[in-house]
Amino acid sequence: MYGKGILKGLGVTWKRFWDTYTEDIAWVLRGKKRYYTEEGVQHRSSKDQKGIFTVQYPEEKLIQPEESRFLPFLVYNKLPDGKREILCTSCGICPKVCPPQCIWIVRSNDPVTGRPIPEPTEFYIDMDLCMNCGYCAEYCPFDAIKMDHDFEVSSYGRNVYDMEKLLKSSEYYKSIRPLNYEREEAARITEAEAKKAKEAARAAAQAAKPANPPAAPTA
Amino acid sequence: MTMPAPASTATVDLAARFPDVVQLDARPDYTGFIVEKDSLLEVAAAIRDEFGFDLLSSVTGVDYAPDKMEVVYHAYRTSGGPGLAFKVQIPRIDPVEVPSLIHLWPGVDLQEREVWDLLGIKFSGHPDLRRILMWEGFEGHPLRKDWKEGFYEEDVKPFKSRWPQGKFAMAEDLNPFGDNLTFPKNFDPEKWIPEGEALLYGALARYTVENEDGISSDRIVINMGPHHPSTHGVFRAVMTLEGETIKGLKPVLGYLHRNHEKIGERNTFLQNMPYTDRLDYFNSMTNNFGYALAVEKLMKIPVAERADYIRVIVSELSRIQNHLVFIGTLLNDLGAMYTPSLYAYEERELVLDVFEAISGSRMMCNYYRFGGVVRDIPDDVMQKIKDLVYERIPPKTDELDRMLSENEVLLARMRGIRMINAEDAVAYSITGPVLRAAGVPYDIRRADPYGIYDRFDFDVAVRYNGDLMDNYLIRIDEIRQSLRILDQAIRQIPQGPINSQKPAYQVRVPAGEAYGRIESPKGELGFYVLSNGKPNPWRYHVRAPSFVNVTALEKISVGTKIADFVVLLAMFDMVMGECDR
Amino acid sequence: MDSETFNLPQYEIPEDLRHAVAVTTLDRLYNWGRRSSVWPLMFGLACCAIEMIAAQTARYDMARFGMEVMRPTPRQADLLIVSGTVTKKMLPPIIRLYNQMPEPKYVVAMGACASGGGPFKEGYNVVAGIDKFLPVDVYIPGCPPTPQALIAGLIKLQEKIDKQTIKEASWYKRKVKDPNYVPVPILGPDLIDPRRTADIKAAAAQKE
Repeated sequence: MYGKGILKGLGVTWKRFWDTYTEDIAWVLRGKKRYYTEEGVQHRSSKDQKGIFTVQYPEEKLIQPEESRFLPFLVYNKLPDGKREILCTSCGICPKVCPPQCIWIVRSNDPVTGRPIPEPTEFYIDMDLCMNCGYCAEYCPFDAIKMDHDFEVSSYGRNVYDMEKLLKSSEYYKSIRPLNYEREEAARITEAEAKKAKEAARAAAQAAKPANPPAAPTA
Repeated sequence: MTMPAPASTATVDLAARFPDVVQLDARPDYTGFIVEKDSLLEVAAAIRDEFGFDLLSSVTGVDYAPDKMEVVYHAYRTSGGPGLAFKVQIPRIDPVEVPSLIHLWPGVDLQEREVWDLLGIKFSGHPDLRRILMWEGFEGHPLRKDWKEGFYEEDVKPFKSRWPQGKFAMAEDLNPFGDNLTFPKNFDPEKWIPEGEALLYGALARYTVENEDGISSDRIVINMGPHHPSTHGVFRAVMTLEGETIKGLKPVLGYLHRNHEKIGERNTFLQNMPYTDRLDYFNSMTNNFGYALAVEKLMKIPVAERADYIRVIVSELSRIQNHLVFIGTLLNDLGAMYTPSLYAYEERELVLDVFEAISGSRMMCNYYRFGGVVRDIPDDVMQKIKDLVYERIPPKTDELDRMLSENEVLLARMRGIRMINAEDAVAYSITGPVLRAAGVPYDIRRADPYGIYDRFDFDVAVRYNGDLMDNYLIRIDEIRQSLRILDQAIRQIPQGPINSQKPAYQVRVPAGEAYGRIESPKGELGFYVLSNGKPNPWRYHVRAPSFVNVTALEKISVGTKIADFVVLLAMFDMVMGECDR
Repeated sequence: MDSETFNLPQYEIPEDLRHAVAVTTLDRLYNWGRRSSVWPLMFGLACCAIEMIAAQTARYDMARFGMEVMRPTPRQADLLIVSGTVTKKMLPPIIRLYNQMPEPKYVVAMGACASGGGPFKEGYNVVAGIDKFLPVDVYIPGCPPTPQALIAGLIKLQEKIDKQTIKEASWYKRKVKDPNYVPVPILGPDLIDPRRTADIKAAAAQKE
């Protein structure tokens, strides 16, 4: 019969349309809210999704996986006295590894000792160059630069971020990437302990030194 | 752990057959043969006819500044097996000229034009040697080592101006023309007469024709694109029509030419990885694969076992979502606006969710590293992949099949409209589903296995009619085969490290050349990478399937109706990011 | 928009009339109409275009904002989403498309490439930001911005539309020359911007 294929195809679309309402009813019967809840969004992004597929941004948002990356940001620790401890040490790995070369860092020297100050004097990222590849975060040895989850950053002008705009607290970082934060924190603690143990050993060695003064050279 | 395949020169000894004009390429870690320029045609004919290398996959040039230039050809047998590289060296004195191979392999047409455009190597005997990616009148040949663009800063990255005294400055402020521009000395824009497109229109068929009754009639010239909803990006086709029949056609490319290769030669090896994402932006996972293979061959490092499986899993997922989107957009082009493509995008979104969870980004995954991958697949994401592969994608593919494949309108538009026959498809260097739909069972995963594809049991999808319907159905076949591979890979994947190397932002790549190629969803994606031992590649060339496949567009379209042209074009599944690079 | 947002705060409406009557300004009504039917041009350039298409599909569904009608012709479009890398070769067609769009028209630079050249900025065939030629209303960073980020940017555009007023709308003013008209660049040895011929000539003469 001519037209059978078309009818079959229309049957598929009709089923899709119908599924939305049967699912709605099923959720009501189960006493759950299908829209505007995290559970609902999760279900609509799973294999069991049927009928409606829309996640109604901005009222609902997709659940971002932890590894999700958008723009880079710098991490600082809040100190008890309200000051910020910037983790970046201006080591220069991120500007070196950055594929589009969108990171600019000014490192200055201490006027007294002449040695470089770890904290960057200026830190610029041109977000209109950045390709969100995540290399800066991946290769940063100090966990000082990370990739953000926040994508609502559109603006009425060009986006060149200076240090003020780039800095975000480590609590924020913990909130978006809890597993990564935990892993890095654990690594930091073991490293600190190892360092402490080493120092203790050295101190012990030094403390032991006066007890055994080197034998005076005998003539 | 799989070691990278040794760079093979197949089993032919070209030097013994042509002792006077062919020598083995003796440079360390180079493969293939160097052919005398004057005997190129003779040797190439023997390579094709005597040795059976019927598919000339890639043509590219290398600028060995300051003294010589080289044209590199990679030929393969459609029956499978390793390939044969042959090269021609010419002194770097203009005009640099090499005989064109267009009469042996018509598929070199656009590639030779590209080499002319970017490197300034002339191909004598090429009937239509115009610029292809840039416009006529553009100054210079950009891929030559001594050519510098407006925003030129340094020869290689990383730039010294970024750290430690990285005062932020816009590149515009450093350029004398205040923008990404460079003009010859004493250039006067007011006196400039644009070359226009006389050459392009001249290359097309005649405007006025006279039929046998002595009546002369005009042909219409139609420009389709670069802004056209059915050209899948910024593709432009210029055609002459007689009534509704296409009498002549020329593709115009370069509207998305982003200078991938020039930037790639300035990048370090690792920095190129995220750039490859942006080639075929539907399939960043397979693009990464090809590039990683090429560089791993150069570095001679193995790939971690688990990473090998992960690579297969993500590549096949990528192939599935690509083909789903292909079917959706094909139906758009056929006039079934939106519904099929909306359905296809649903499955794609679910696959992209997986990609985002493991790599961080939906589209630009940047997931591969040399020796493995960057991140392991966590258990919950693995579960999600299993859900997709076993429970979600198979019924949805069947549903799409049920919805479309018997549709009478679809059948009327597609069945019996010939795309290309097997012989022409090979001559035109077509690869991928279009070649297989023409009846040539050539799939690199089987013909010249890379990674661990030799461990899986799957059929090479092939169909024999070569019409549009076959080109559509073969995509559904391939989705089903990909699901088979995924099933095996998911069951076999071992635990273990995901990278054989330590993470490092500087990799040491010994000098040499490598050609890494994979079966991307669009066809053969090849990366020709040349290292001279420095942190940056000396030459980085992408053999893009979309670009090479489009060579045959003229051959396919001439004689068909313009309404069918949209569908013919859709069958190539072109992505301009890869086509123009 | 419900009557809550429609109403002007200074007018007290009796309780029983609240669902039937709204007191508002012509501006608000006018802008509400415009912001709820922004028709984008069906125009994709590169990778970002795929995310733009994804934003049109079922999961993100731009139709909820009255933006589902993507017009292939610039004559019917209000919004040019520059979605991807603008190359020098592609620039003249883009400028022509923009010039053909009727007023009021808006331009969104989607992604790093359209905003400022992006990762390909250093390339010889790449225009470092469409704002050198067209007046851009909203910049959306990201490479590529996810569909949600695109929608966030379009909401930002709607906010901009809300702030415009009919009294100062330039598109109703009588004018001899269209102030938004952009001369189409010429492809020479490099891209020639007709507005800058004198600069280019001077700089080229200085070149050694």
